[in-house]
Amino acid sequence: MVDRVAVDIGGTFTDVVLETGQRHVTTKVLTSHAQPATAVLQGLRQVLAQAGREPSDVGVVLHGTTLATNALIERRGARTALITTEGHRDVLEMAFENRFEQYDINVDRPQPLVPRHRRLTVRERMNADGEALTPLRAEAVRALVPTLTEGGVESVAVGFLHGYANPAHERMARDVLAAALPNLSITLASDVCPEIREFERFSTACANAYVKPLMSRYLADLQERLTALGVVCPFLMMTSGGGLTSVQAAREFPIRLVESGPAGGAILAAKIARDLQLNRVVSLDMGGTTAKICLIDDGEPQHSRSFEVDRSYRFRKGSGLPVRIPVIEMVEIGAGGGSIASVDRLGRIQVGPQSAGSEPGPACYGRGGRAATVTDADLVLGRLDASRFAGGSIVLDTSAARAALEQHVDRPWRDASQVDAVPAAEAVSEIVDENMAAAARAHAAEWGKDMAGRTLIAFGGAAPLHAARLAEKLGLAAVVVPEAAGVGSALGFLAAPIAFEVVRSRHMLLSAFDADAVAVALADMRAEAQAVVGPIATGELIESRSAYMRYLGQGYEIGVAVPTELSAATLRDAFDAAYASLYGRLIAGLDVEVLSWTLTLRSDASTSTPTTTVHERSHAPQLIAGVRRVARETLAIGDRVRGPATIVEDQTAIVLPAEYDAHIDRRGNVVLANVVLAT
Amino acid sequence: MNDIRDQLVWNRLLAIVEEQAQTLMRTAFSTVVREAGDLSAGVFDTTGAMLAQAVTGTPGHVNAMAASVGKFLVRYPLPTLAPGDVLVTNDPWDGTGHLNDFTVVTPVFDGDKAMALFAATSHIADVGGRGFGPDAGELFEEGLRIPIMKLFERGERNDALMRLIAANVRDPVVAEGDLHSLTACNHNGGRQLLAMLREFELDSFDRVGRWIIATSRRAMAEEIRALPDGVYRHAMDVDGYDQPVHLACALTIAGDAIDVDFAGSSGLSPYGINVPLNYTEAYASFGVRCVVGNDVPNNAGSLQPVTVRAPAGCILNAEFPAAVSARHAIGQMLPDVVLGCMDQVLPGVAPAEGASCIWNPVLRNAGGALGNASATPFVINPIFNGGTGARPTKDGLSTTAFPSGVRTTPTEVNEVTAPLIFTRREYRSGSGGAGTYRGGLGQVIEVVHAQGAPFVISKMFDRIGHPAQGRRGGEDGAAGRVYIKDGGKDGNGGNRRELRGKGQDIVPAGATLVMETPGGGGIGDAAERDPEATAADNAAGLTYRR
Repeated sequence: MVDRVAVDIGGTFTDVVLETGQRHVTTKVLTSHAQPATAVLQGLRQVLAQAGREPSDVGVVLHGTTLATNALIERRGARTALITTEGHRDVLEMAFENRFEQYDINVDRPQPLVPRHRRLTVRERMNADGEALTPLRAEAVRALVPTLTEGGVESVAVGFLHGYANPAHERMARDVLAAALPNLSITLASDVCPEIREFERFSTACANAYVKPLMSRYLADLQERLTALGVVCPFLMMTSGGGLTSVQAAREFPIRLVESGPAGGAILAAKIARDLQLNRVVSLDMGGTTAKICLIDDGEPQHSRSFEVDRSYRFRKGSGLPVRIPVIEMVEIGAGGGSIASVDRLGRIQVGPQSAGSEPGPACYGRGGRAATVTDADLVLGRLDASRFAGGSIVLDTSAARAALEQHVDRPWRDASQVDAVPAAEAVSEIVDENMAAAARAHAAEWGKDMAGRTLIAFGGAAPLHAARLAEKLGLAAVVVPEAAGVGSALGFLAAPIAFEVVRSRHMLLSAFDADAVAVALADMRAEAQAVVGPIATGELIESRSAYMRYLGQGYEIGVAVPTELSAATLRDAFDAAYASLYGRLIAGLDVEVLSWTLTLRSDASTSTPTTTVHERSHAPQLIAGVRRVARETLAIGDRVRGPATIVEDQTAIVLPAEYDAHIDRRGNVVLANVVLAT
Repeated sequence: MNDIRDQLVWNRLLAIVEEQAQTLMRTAFSTVVREAGDLSAGVFDTTGAMLAQAVTGTPGHVNAMAASVGKFLVRYPLPTLAPGDVLVTNDPWDGTGHLNDFTVVTPVFDGDKAMALFAATSHIADVGGRGFGPDAGELFEEGLRIPIMKLFERGERNDALMRLIAANVRDPVVAEGDLHSLTACNHNGGRQLLAMLREFELDSFDRVGRWIIATSRRAMAEEIRALPDGVYRHAMDVDGYDQPVHLACALTIAGDAIDVDFAGSSGLSPYGINVPLNYTEAYASFGVRCVVGNDVPNNAGSLQPVTVRAPAGCILNAEFPAAVSARHAIGQMLPDVVLGCMDQVLPGVAPAEGASCIWNPVLRNAGGALGNASATPFVINPIFNGGTGARPTKDGLSTTAFPSGVRTTPTEVNEVTAPLIFTRREYRSGSGGAGTYRGGLGQVIEVVHAQGAPFVISKMFDRIGHPAQGRRGGEDGAAGRVYIKDGGKDGNGGNRRELRGKGQDIVPAGATLVMETPGGGGIGDAAERDPEATAADNAAGLTYRR
């Protein structure tokens, strides 16, 4: 079996995992923002050296990155123009015409990536059936070339009304531009998001155009340096949809990479769910700034087709840039180790969404941070080993944590004669756990799902500290904390399938269903997916198809798995079943319409056989009880720990409240069971 | 000293009502509920005092819903209710101001003991009568009215009521479905509440409820007490239906209370733009809350310090049986009036006036003798917005709903649903009132029939005769316009026929309908504007006024 390497570039750290045989060798290095490939190579050399392997032993590199996301958030992308239909110049900025926060009159809507002076229009028009009402003339496109050149435009998005129904005008514009400006990066809305609803489509196309030159440069640079190092093997990119894709596809559609890191985490949780045969799971990925929660049913994380980049207003829905791409659906809230605690003027303790981040970080980091954070609370409550935090790289300052909690929480909160950091720390911890519980419940409610009976899979630096209490609040009896949870996303890449999703809008009433037209469209989509997946996948390819359907006139579609026997009747049955499970009832006698179709082609497994580490038992199982603190590495398969206790590891610690028992399963996971709820 | 458990209970109540609203939004059939969030949800103690309310897309339900549960309890005192009972009304005065809004109230029992009540309101697209619009002369023409009564009794559905509703509305399937989703979201809320009681080992909400209400009231009171006492007056004229409507407001700050009095405003309209007092209270207090106590959650305590009144016979205190269907058209103007007062109380916090009233025309095929028999029948009700007023330290928002929180419909979806072509829909240059901070821009929408057939527009537009005013030397926003142009080549030139803002018109075969939504007012002298901001506006072509 070949060695596999997974690389996850995050905002602060670049994680590298080398899988060789049954071993995972991991490292974290600081992300090198100017040239991200530098940190990747540094980490790669480290793990190779540590494992005693050669660059030529690497059989495949799997890569996920937040570079595209960060470029969007920090507005560091290319100088981008949008070429659009005359009369509709402001679609990108008019957006949904709404405010996402009712009571704040000073709220600002997200700034579009392309300002008005670079939104250029040409005379052309398609109708909803894809018929050209006004043909596009090549000269009209050519006339824009001087404006693009003078404006220093590096990247162009072309988005015309109803371009999803007929991309001919967009393609013609591309050909004209490419001929005139060979170095121009061009994105067609009808390629990146061929779906009805112009704002979301143009927003997606512009986001893609905005990051395309940057990602293209970075990927070329990385590939070159890997080759120079002697790593000459397939190189695959992790997408936000949880599948791996070719570098070529990634360079064409870099917007699909935006949430690849978190997607990796969800893929890891899904793999653990399958390994442990857990059909109903909720995953918690809690880091320094945010917590991400994902529902995983039958081993599959929940998928969706829309995502918002940069929810800049307290992570509020609507405050980001919408992109329509395949994503693993998650809810993200401002709850992490660095989340800042304060007391509002109603005397209520608030935690987050502001975060102290890693610089200056929580008060206990001793790097000048003054704010009281969740990590400070965890430290004061004795959950963290001050000398072992982050592998000992930072020695935590308990008295600084105490002082911050006393000053910023206890004093304004309790008004007591004697300050005491402990009740404040308990309160901060309770509130952050309550915030996550509320987000998890609301997320489940939004998707018509229930929390009851799920197992919580917790990873990320802060998750093991809060997982048990969160589970308790959600009424969940079991929690799983995997090994090496600190590099969970990169580990997830190793478990991801090779996959590509293609979407097409094709409006159709079921009462006027045209099976032949659908068959042609699906075959075409399959060919497109095959072109991406075919050359890099090994083994059997699995095709899954969904139709996005709704009752005639409704506002939103639901995704319905397309039955193998495709007809109006079978589609109707599938829609009825999906609708009933989501909304609890059907509306008899009303026609159903299909708006769009998706087709996903994926390999049946990850890039190699799943390699769950199965540990050897090193000593007879033991029961550890009445001990406050246990080091995780001293525990072996089958060992049990009775709460209350803290299981300390390098990056973090697992908090085991009194009503919990923990054991180490044969894959090295720590499995927590609530003995009260379980009985 | 605080007990963190009390705060956890409060947080949990807020989370439960958000989830209740989420369930309603997900399961409701009416598009306006799902897309625009025209709904509300809340939990009440056993005296009918509101403890928590979800933050949803419409401020119009805020106080109305809070007051509503008390009225249910007058009709059905709690001791007369049993587990499984569900109450309903769409009475504009007992509910939220027009017949389209159905409020469902569900008592929650732990065993036999009533613990709390859940209430939820949503907009049901059709309730019979003339249909949603301002054209009725009396409530009786506006549809079916359900007084407060039982929708379920001990778990048994009131089939007589359901059949009656089904027989009187145009889309009985939707109405029935929405009543079920209202019932279901309350039920879910109740289930969560009981689980919480067990988790926190509470046997009643009395103590925590009193604490929530008192804490919120105190926070509001403290903020109001810091404001200078006095009577602050502001008035605004708007287009109305057939004649202008005068909205006069006296806002009194005395100690820790604010009283908003609309005495001196116009009398009742003969059309359905009258506003029941509960809806007046909602939008007026929303105007106050935009600048005072906007971080305090809505509940009986935070709502109490702001009182709203209007004399009987006033358009803002319409009594039964006045027509009220389109009460939003006037109601949405009230925050501008109240903010005009608040601007005197707290200079530098209130925005200038904006378009405020949403522009949501009904567009449909012209039937009968006027129509082309072969043209496709259709009806759509898209939402377009104008600009909001400049904020004290920022420009206004272009084409953005305020105070309403609704979303617009995409052009492509409109064109899939109706045989219309929207040849233009973009910013209306120069429509934002100039100022140190300029008003938000309106938009220009041009529509033609795809088959060249005539079509009908039914309008409820405002700020055509009365543009949004600027503040402190800021200029007014551009007035709205709606007109028909025809005969011109390439859509230019030709004849223009201005239309009035209200009522129905026919767009003749081959002609173009043009709607120009109003811009927001500016704040401060335009000469003081940051030259960079002006340059940016000029570069973007936003300032050129046609």
